[in-house]
Amino acid sequence: MATRSGAAGKRGGGEAQKLSVIGTARPKVDAHAKCTGQTLFADDLVLPRMLWAKLLRSPHPHARILRIDTAKARALPGVHAVITGKDLPITFGILPVSQDEEALCSGIVRFIGDPVAGIAAVDEDTATAAMDLIDVEYEPLRAIRSVEDAAENPEPQIHGYADSGNFHKLVHLEFGDLDAGFGKADLVREDLCFYEGNTHLPMEQHAAVAHASPDGKLTLWSSTQTPHYVHRALSKVLGMAPSRIRVIATPNGGGFGGKSDPFNHEMVVAKLSLVTGRPVKICLTREEVFYCHRGRHQALMKIRTGFTKDGAITAMDFESYLDGGAYGSYGVASTYYTGALQTVTYDVPVYRFRGARAFTNKPPCGPKRGHGTPQPRFAVEIQLDKAAEQLGIDPAEIRLRHLVQANTITANYLKIGSMGLGPCIEKVVEGSKWKDRFRKLPYGRGLGLACSSYITGAGLPIYWNDMPHSGVQLKCDRGGGVTVFCGSTDIGQGSDSVLAYIVAEVLGIEPVDIRVVTADTDLTPVDLGSYSSRVTLMTGQAAIQAAERVRGTITGPVAAKLDVPVDRIVFGAGRVFDANDPEKGMSFAEAVVTAESKVGTIGSVGSYTPPRSPGRYRGAGVGPSAAYSYSACVAEVEVDPETGIVRVPTIWIGHDIGQCINPALVMGQVEGSVYMGLGEALMEEMAYRENRNVVHKWPSLLEYKSPTTHEMCDVITYLIEEPDANGPFGGKEAGQGPLLPVMPAVANAIYDAVGVRIDEVPMSPPKVLKAMQAKAAGKEPRFGPKSVPRVPWPEVVYVPTPAEGGDGKAKAR
Amino acid sequence: MNSSVPISLSPPARKVEGHFLVNGEPHALFFAEHKTLLEVLREDMNLTGTKHGCELGECGTCAVLIDGEPQLSCLVLAQACQQRPIQTVEGMADGPVLHPLQEAFVEVGAAQCGYCTPGILLTAQALLAEKPDPSRQDIKDALAGNLCRCTGYIKIYEAIELAAARMRGESAEPTRESLYGY
Repeated sequence: MATRSGAAGKRGGGEAQKLSVIGTARPKVDAHAKCTGQTLFADDLVLPRMLWAKLLRSPHPHARILRIDTAKARALPGVHAVITGKDLPITFGILPVSQDEEALCSGIVRFIGDPVAGIAAVDEDTATAAMDLIDVEYEPLRAIRSVEDAAENPEPQIHGYADSGNFHKLVHLEFGDLDAGFGKADLVREDLCFYEGNTHLPMEQHAAVAHASPDGKLTLWSSTQTPHYVHRALSKVLGMAPSRIRVIATPNGGGFGGKSDPFNHEMVVAKLSLVTGRPVKICLTREEVFYCHRGRHQALMKIRTGFTKDGAITAMDFESYLDGGAYGSYGVASTYYTGALQTVTYDVPVYRFRGARAFTNKPPCGPKRGHGTPQPRFAVEIQLDKAAEQLGIDPAEIRLRHLVQANTITANYLKIGSMGLGPCIEKVVEGSKWKDRFRKLPYGRGLGLACSSYITGAGLPIYWNDMPHSGVQLKCDRGGGVTVFCGSTDIGQGSDSVLAYIVAEVLGIEPVDIRVVTADTDLTPVDLGSYSSRVTLMTGQAAIQAAERVRGTITGPVAAKLDVPVDRIVFGAGRVFDANDPEKGMSFAEAVVTAESKVGTIGSVGSYTPPRSPGRYRGAGVGPSAAYSYSACVAEVEVDPETGIVRVPTIWIGHDIGQCINPALVMGQVEGSVYMGLGEALMEEMAYRENRNVVHKWPSLLEYKSPTTHEMCDVITYLIEEPDANGPFGGKEAGQGPLLPVMPAVANAIYDAVGVRIDEVPMSPPKVLKAMQAKAAGKEPRFGPKSVPRVPWPEVVYVPTPAEGGDGKAKAR
Repeated sequence: MNSSVPISLSPPARKVEGHFLVNGEPHALFFAEHKTLLEVLREDMNLTGTKHGCELGECGTCAVLIDGEPQLSCLVLAQACQQRPIQTVEGMADGPVLHPLQEAFVEVGAAQCGYCTPGILLTAQALLAEKPDPSRQDIKDALAGNLCRCTGYIKIYEAIELAAARMRGESAEPTRESLYGY
């Protein structure tokens, strides 16, 4: 396997060493349990005397609650408690700046599905029957149905704290002299495009079990990606000391960002358990999962870019208009993310971003795989395809010519480390036979290319603090077993396994000899959660530090016993031995005993905080990361000219992973990302009937179309390893980045196939057909948006770029 | 407990006697007669290996084998399954020895979150019982009713093909391209 410097190089005498676990394909530590039905998900938990909870939800998109009468429901035999908003008056929310959610609405409901009452009963049927007995009187308010509606109607305000009317957040950032940049352009393109919202659709419905025990403590098991943030929110809402609350994240049956917020149902079961003194479980119905949402923001975008004849970008001016739904969620971060990563693939010397997030009376949007970046990436990549054609440059070539260089700082102060996009493009071009087939396939068939990049962990935590983002604790048993404790949450991506592989590598033992204990706020050190592709890098670095400290503790006593210098002690193949005389040594278990005899119990801690970003302006917190992954994608499509149906037989994808910790898991993440991108490209839509009370069009797994085996394409994956100095063993993320280039690659391929531009996601058959009909009628061969709403943009935050001598701070122009 | 909370004096839902044959073991129990097979398996027999994604027959997650055929246990009344052989994921392994499909799923990483895995394993088992040497298209057709949001199905196809080959007595290993890419 590969030999790496970086973190691995710190081992032994400073020489790079051969890796034995890292980089090899092996099963996940939880694979056997998952393949035998033994993994316990939240809804699999049953406690003695457990009650069932249901939430009564609003049938109105926007209304004032005049009266709630729960007397009849309380009187129903088998009902143990009914609570309403007055029982949980403290608000919460994932971001400190938008603590706008109530566990149960007390005054106003803001979308169809907003909960107003919680019931605990002996069984689910009784709780369901009690829902019908709660009498709620509403006074309907005018619903805000869309971004345009929000722009035209600042009243009624959905939230009083919004930046302006019904615009939750307005952002205006400018990096460098935009006019000068456009002045250098030979070609300036302005394009509009639209990205429909979509949702995570995890196969597991959200579930939670709360147990308030008689000693005044509370335990919550929940299918959450962020037990630490749930812990904080529960403490706030319940008014209970966090030291008395334990949150355990059960293995998530899929997350994709949809289980990253603290949720009202978690607060409600906790309160119901406190009220009844009994364990209380809730499992949401599939319809309710749609109402939890927090998925991809619908985004309307305007992108104006200047190009030289050579295809170099001289300036970019980007606007995004987001439909945020009824609550803040991660929305402030999502808004900034739609403007953050445009600069990290191709050199963008000057850049302006304006972003607006509207409040509307729909389920709240939040972070879905790629969080705020697939929408702008779609805009950038389809525009680049158009520009390349106008300039007469091959789409692969125009990208390769102007790649951002490794170890540079972008115009918006993102610090790029390793950068492997070039090899990714070269691999997919070669694999797809791009040069022989692009613009040469028969009518109806086409190839399209697009690229992308994603963060490997957000540079800042959700709430401001100076503590580490990840902590790991190790305990060594006298028998040679090692237990790893970490707050990270396995949502299927393999984060538990990554801890075992990394500790095994550093201590020279096998992953099977390691037990991993995670996602338990009582037992494990804090890890911020499974979001922003942060877990492998951050827990990995914390695990390396903890394991190296244990190695340091063990080395001295072993060296003394073997009578060799400390710097000759090596850990490998389950042994601790003399590098010069490998026969001279002992098993790892004997080494632990030797050390424990000398210094006492063997354990350690490790922690990780990402490097500080060079950006110092307001808004600089979103976008910085310890490392950026890169992806390039070629999609092949077949477009049926009769129906507009787009089939995708094959996608070639190259992904710069830095260094695989386990290549089999990386392959799974890449293929899964391509799958989810394909669903977004072709069919997935979180859509509402705006003229029918903003009711969700299809809150079901059948009607919300997602790819089955019949729609899924073949995927040819190339893993590029450009190790990053900040990554564990050089590793970067794989879980989100490879989703990003799929949608624009498909759009560009449709143009190659039938000569029409679909400037919208999803590229569903009616849109393709309309564009083809327009083309046949001699009209603009395009389907896409034609205008943007009027927005009261705030005062610009002007930041000179590094090339202009800027220091990362905003300046008066 | 709040003393104002009324004590349930009404009779619980009517229960009927049931005799089930699950994973080769007889189960005699009383269950609420309106319950689906999914509910009886999970709630009355504590066989929580069978999962659910919609409880509306839309996702395939709750698939079990009834008379050897994949069926959505959320759509079948338990009443209708009495005395018929039912197999769940808990019945795939032979004691401590995993079924070749389970082994292959572990080996190639066909289970990510693992939530759809039981339903897919059982559907695949039924396929291989009928077609020991299925084409990729046969596998896609058999699994068209099982949604998976993690894998893009590819590792699942590869695992089923690997297990099928081994069950035919061939010596087969995962391909290098599957685990390391092209």
